[in-house]
Amino acid sequence: MASKQKLVVIGNGMAGARAVEEILARGGADQFEITMFGDEPYGNYNRILLSEVLNGSHDAADIFLNPLSWYADNGVKLHAGVRVEKIERRARQVIGQNGEMEPYDQLIIATGSVPFIPPIEGLYGADGSYKPGVFVFRSLDDCNRITEYAMNKRAAAVIGGGLLGLEAARGLQNFSLAVNVIQRGNALMSQQLDSPAAAILRTTLEQLGIAVHVDKNTSHIIGSERVEGLQFSDGSKLDCELVVIAAGIKANSAIAARAGLAVERGIVVDNHLRTDDPRIFAVGECVQHRGQVYGLVAPLWEQAKVLADQLTGTNPDSAYHGSKIATKLKVMGVEVASMGIIDPAHEGDEVVQFTEAKKGTYKKLIIRDGRLVGSILLGDISKAPYLAQAYERNTPVPEERLSLLFDIGAPSEATSVETMPGEMQVCNCNGVTKDKISLCVKQGKRSLKTVMESTRAGMGCGACKALVSQVIEWACGGATEEDPSAHYFVPGVPLAQPELVAKIRERKLKSVSAVFGELAGGVEDPASKPGLASLLSTLWAGDYIDERDARFINDRVHANIQKDGTFSVIPQMPGGVTSPAQLRRIADVAEKYRVPLVKLTGGQRIDLLGVKREDLPNVWRDLGMPSGSAYGKRYRTCKSCVGVEFCRFGLGDSMGLAQKVEQRFQGLDAPGKLKLATAGCPRNCSEALCKDIGAVAVEGGRWELYVGGAAGAHIRKGDLLCTLDSQEDVLKIAGRFMQFYREHARYLERTYAFVPRIGIEKVRAIVVDDSEGIADLLDEAMQRSVDAYKDPWLEGDAPATSHQFTETLSIVQ
Amino acid sequence: MEVRLGPIATIPEGEGRTYRVGDERIAVFRSRDGNLFATQASCPHRGAPLADGLFGGATLICPLHALKFDLRTGTAQNSDCTLRTFPARLDASGHILITLND
Ligand code: SRM
Ligand SMILES: Cc1cc2nc3c(=O)[nH]c(=O)nc-3n(C[C@H](O)[C@H](O)[C@H](O)COP(=O)(O)OP(=O)(O)OC[C@H]3O[C@@H](n4cnc5c(N)ncnc54)[C@H](O)[C@@H]3O)c2cc1C
Ligand code: SF4
Ligand code: FES
Repeated sequence: MASKQKLVVIGNGMAGARAVEEILARGGADQFEITMFGDEPYGNYNRILLSEVLNGSHDAADIFLNPLSWYADNGVKLHAGVRVEKIERRARQVIGQNGEMEPYDQLIIATGSVPFIPPIEGLYGADGSYKPGVFVFRSLDDCNRITEYAMNKRAAAVIGGGLLGLEAARGLQNFSLAVNVIQRGNALMSQQLDSPAAAILRTTLEQLGIAVHVDKNTSHIIGSERVEGLQFSDGSKLDCELVVIAAGIKANSAIAARAGLAVERGIVVDNHLRTDDPRIFAVGECVQHRGQVYGLVAPLWEQAKVLADQLTGTNPDSAYHGSKIATKLKVMGVEVASMGIIDPAHEGDEVVQFTEAKKGTYKKLIIRDGRLVGSILLGDISKAPYLAQAYERNTPVPEERLSLLFDIGAPSEATSVETMPGEMQVCNCNGVTKDKISLCVKQGKRSLKTVMESTRAGMGCGACKALVSQVIEWACGGATEEDPSAHYFVPGVPLAQPELVAKIRERKLKSVSAVFGELAGGVEDPASKPGLASLLSTLWAGDYIDERDARFINDRVHANIQKDGTFSVIPQMPGGVTSPAQLRRIADVAEKYRVPLVKLTGGQRIDLLGVKREDLPNVWRDLGMPSGSAYGKRYRTCKSCVGVEFCRFGLGDSMGLAQKVEQRFQGLDAPGKLKLATAGCPRNCSEALCKDIGAVAVEGGRWELYVGGAAGAHIRKGDLLCTLDSQEDVLKIAGRFMQFYREHARYLERTYAFVPRIGIEKVRAIVVDDSEGIADLLDEAMQRSVDAYKDPWLEGDAPATSHQFTETLSIVQ
Repeated sequence: MEVRLGPIATIPEGEGRTYRVGDERIAVFRSRDGNLFATQASCPHRGAPLADGLFGGATLICPLHALKFDLRTGTAQNSDCTLRTFPARLDASGHILITLND
């Protein structure tokens, strides 16, 4: 066996330790003998929580991420409390402060940042160290020193009104002393806030008892033995006994510079986190990548992964492309979110703004070409998760800008995650509380997917998913992980939708088992089966090889399973139109099979609930009506109103159109349900405006076509796609839109999510104006699917699998 | 006690079926990679017919509330519920044999 390589890591902070975790997760223990140096005499802790330690809400012991035992358990040798003084590149070794020497084959520098100290006189005592009463705020030791000194003092000042300064001020408030924040410029948090937001924040802070001094340049520290006050360049003074300098940070790159590595604002690295010495990598705040130096944790999680992929060779294609960061924080109990630019920068940048200064609420969005390029939220940040996603992924935002600032129609998430009681239910479908999610995070699950899998939170109606994400984020102090499978079409096949479709077409994979066999190493994931089945049926229509085990039970027996294992039967009733004969037949069937409940559905038809599995074939035969497909992810119904034939306001034949729609699209598979409606006039009695597709008759014999509407767990008014001249055109464009959706949506993504993700302008360009020249292809593909349709209820007389409708088999000897 | 349930062809590949054995109901699953599993027939959570679940490898997803069970051990990935499992195999003539623990 080849001997292991020596991997040395300088810096045992958040980035260094995370990089080692990622390396171990990739089996790195077999490749490397790992040695770490940490200037601080501890294991790795969550630096973000230092202000909570300072303000007393967390114990120092609670913030450790990797206690000393972790290093021993994982075979990592740690020099705790040992600073590395020198990197000797030619000899390939590093030298610690007491002469400890460690040779390396590969080296990682993760030295973080050091506080930036502005030129102020009187900072240092005679011995060259900080004068008693002067502190910086970077480490657990700083925190302990401040705590010790602050006892029984009357006044403190924080130099720096940025994020770190305000965190320090919040911590200091805990010591019942007067807290002053000194800001050199005229606005607080100038990196994250524009001036109106800064002004609101300032008022809020002042109400909380913090004195904010702006435009104050500290020239020197008064007091010969210890701090007694501050002197400003405008001649004014401030009495205080304690000063925390939080004026910014700079990359801690001196050791790299001394070793002759390229250093600008930070240690210069490439997309693999490699310095200009191929054996030396760097990660975290000490790094400069594509001209950027970062001061938050999110980017370093991404960097650590790429670094580990590269070092271990597990994924040579992996690369770091820089981070777009959305910051979410709480400053003295005030919630703040900020991302991207804070003021418009280009001509044509659109600004959407809302201010309610009295309540401390401020919201601002900057939109460029339909995409979010910046946002500031203060006070109410309930929209932050959505906006951050739109910003990070650069997806188009809805036309209706108001909905970006407020939740209209949907119940508001008034409770902030932090103040939410632990026993409060986050997922109302599966009864998962905040505590249960926190516990799961503590056990090491840090992504939405893994938490959902182990708690089932968010797996019911799905409406709470955003809140679940927020709780996870809160529980791991911002250090969430994104599960790579979040981008896969289905979790069990590691490919995003476009790549998956390409591979399926290229290798002509026509069945679900073939996909697992060729693209997932033969490993079947049951949760992925229905998604693949839906996609394959869309791609191959009549040529799809339909394996029944890939279907959810509803789609195996063509009815909806009930809580007691019986089924509900909903026959087709296009446009909600029925007849006395049909009603009589339904009544007879209900009596004959002792159906426990007959109910009108929200989809304008009749539901026979509680049918026994064995009776299904007979019920269908006696009804003599086609399946209404009230199960499965597919075309469901087209509701209608009475329309022009009877209604005094009617402008178009909504009933007739609904029947044609149903005839054409019945049973069509799709990534999500498709619920349609037609309305005879804009009064919209059939609710066509909030359907996946809605057609509304308008004056002049024309039809408005709306797409992307919803009124279930999520409420959204559809976007007007186009106005058409005839019913034939409605069928054609609606069909083309459906095919486009079928081919491009993620599995289970309803049109209310799909349309805003793509952007209605782009949907219109492709579907109506044929900007990509694919209209004919879409129309042909839709026609093939329509032609391939067979009424599933015919299987009642010709079962597709052995004992398809048998509830319990008896033993055959 | 070993019980012979009938020919394997009764269960389509990748699916499960429920058998009545005396006054007990047993779900038997036949995986696409050639394994057989037998468990209690109804879900310990709210009594769903487990044979109706989505199934692959040795994992079964309950059709009602998506509890995920490992059919080899009967343990659930996302809850404390546990299934009773029974050894299952094929005899020389392709019939399913399960062993009931009495
Ligand atoms: C039967 C019916 C309720 C009724 O008695 O009226 C019904 C029953 C169910 N709905 Fe519904 N929905 C029914 C109309 C609706 C409507 C109204 C409509 O279709 O016009 C909506 C809102 C419109 C929409 O979907 O945009 C609706 C929004 C939902 C949702 C939320 C979807 C969403 O993404 O917002 C779910 C959950 C889901 O899809 O995951 C759902 C899921 C369900 C399921 C299938 C739950 C399940 O997975 O088993 C229910 C089956 C009950 C059963 O025992 O059979 N049902 N459901 C309605 C059947 C209509 C029909 O004739 O086909
Ligand atoms: C009070 C405070 C609050 C913060 N709040 C947030 C927040 O809310 N959200 C957010 O995203 N970020 C926040 N941050 C920033 C976040 O903590 C940093 O981005 C993160 O810690 C950077 O990780 P790092 O490993 O690069 O540096 P560090 O965590 O600083 O680790 C570097 C380590 O290397 C050691 N070291 C340095 N030189 C040597 C040497 N020569 N030899 C041996 N060891 C050495 C240091 O002692 C240190 O332990 C906050 C920071 C502070 C101080
Ligand atoms: S029918 Fe719809 S709203 Fe009613 S309980 Fe079932 S899923 Fe919920
Ligand atoms: S009955 Fe099986 S998960 Fe609820």
